[in-house]
Amino acid sequence: MISTDTDILSLAEAWARSGRGVALATVIETWGSAPRPVGSHLVIDDEGNFQGSVSGGCVEGAVVEEAAEVIGDGKARTLEFGVADETAWKVGLSCGGRIRVYVERILVERIVAEKVN
Amino acid sequence: MELSILSALNAERTARRASVLVTTIASGAQRLVKAAEIAADPLAELLDKQLRMAKSAMVEVEGAQYFLTVQAPHPRIVITGAVHVSQAMAPMAKLLDLDLVIIDPRTAFATPERFPGVRLLTEWPDEAIATIGLDGYTAFVALTHDPKVDDPGLEAALRSDCFYVGALGSRKTHARRIERLAAAGFDETATGRIHAPIGLDIGAVSPAEIALAILAEIVSSLRGPRRKPA
Repeated sequence: MISTDTDILSLAEAWARSGRGVALATVIETWGSAPRPVGSHLVIDDEGNFQGSVSGGCVEGAVVEEAAEVIGDGKARTLEFGVADETAWKVGLSCGGRIRVYVERILVERIVAEKVN
Repeated sequence: MELSILSALNAERTARRASVLVTTIASGAQRLVKAAEIAADPLAELLDKQLRMAKSAMVEVEGAQYFLTVQAPHPRIVITGAVHVSQAMAPMAKLLDLDLVIIDPRTAFATPERFPGVRLLTEWPDEAIATIGLDGYTAFVALTHDPKVDDPGLEAALRSDCFYVGALGSRKTHARRIERLAAAGFDETATGRIHAPIGLDIGAVSPAEIALAILAEIVSSLRGPRRKPA
């Protein structure tokens, strides 16, 4: 069972080693009432499979969407969700809190990638 | 994140060693700082503070933002003695999200009926501890009142980095215990690590109250004082 954030990191490594494109999302800051603490992880692969959480399910969809971009261009991004954000009307946190999420790609060294392929 | 960094981080965790992943938010640059390397790191003080609290956090140093992903091994309690007090400690430790292992070679005490869902080891403490290991994220608690069982466990605990060592027994019992440990070569600094009488002084009487006092003392040792005395 995937029950802790450290399990998510093991899964991220396993997915990357199996040759999938993988992004890791991490809650880096929270303000007010936020459903998941700082350090919580969500791991996403290039087919949109994901495990873990960065909120109570409110913004995971948006993070998964952004993760596809991150896997595509390899550039890390910082996303912000919450009532103060202009996207609040679309993907806000029902609890009224605000969170910042860092999304980065797991960069597989060429040698490892060649071995997998 | 480079896969090699993620892989190193997971390896540290599997080995029950603490580490902190430092991510520079602006550039995405990352480094893994293993517990043994913290003192030499430019962010040593912050890394140490977050590690003590076992909390990941965003920090700002000279205008630059860093995210610290803190990987602290899961704290656990190793107990000698499948006794009444440890029966009360088991469900309380679960609520506190602390792992718990009970060692007692007396198989009449260490039964799954008395300890449902608890990891029980029925070897002698020195053998059991050689298998599970004791580290800086382990609390050791001696509860049997029987030197044959408690002493080998205490000796192993005092040779380790256990963040907490406690032993049940009156002041008299403890004085005799210290004599035995001294004869075994442990000096005052070593035996001074033992919390005895065990537990915070809340006037505990029943096994559950004693369990509460011990766990409160363990949590206090783990997290450190957070509030200054008035």
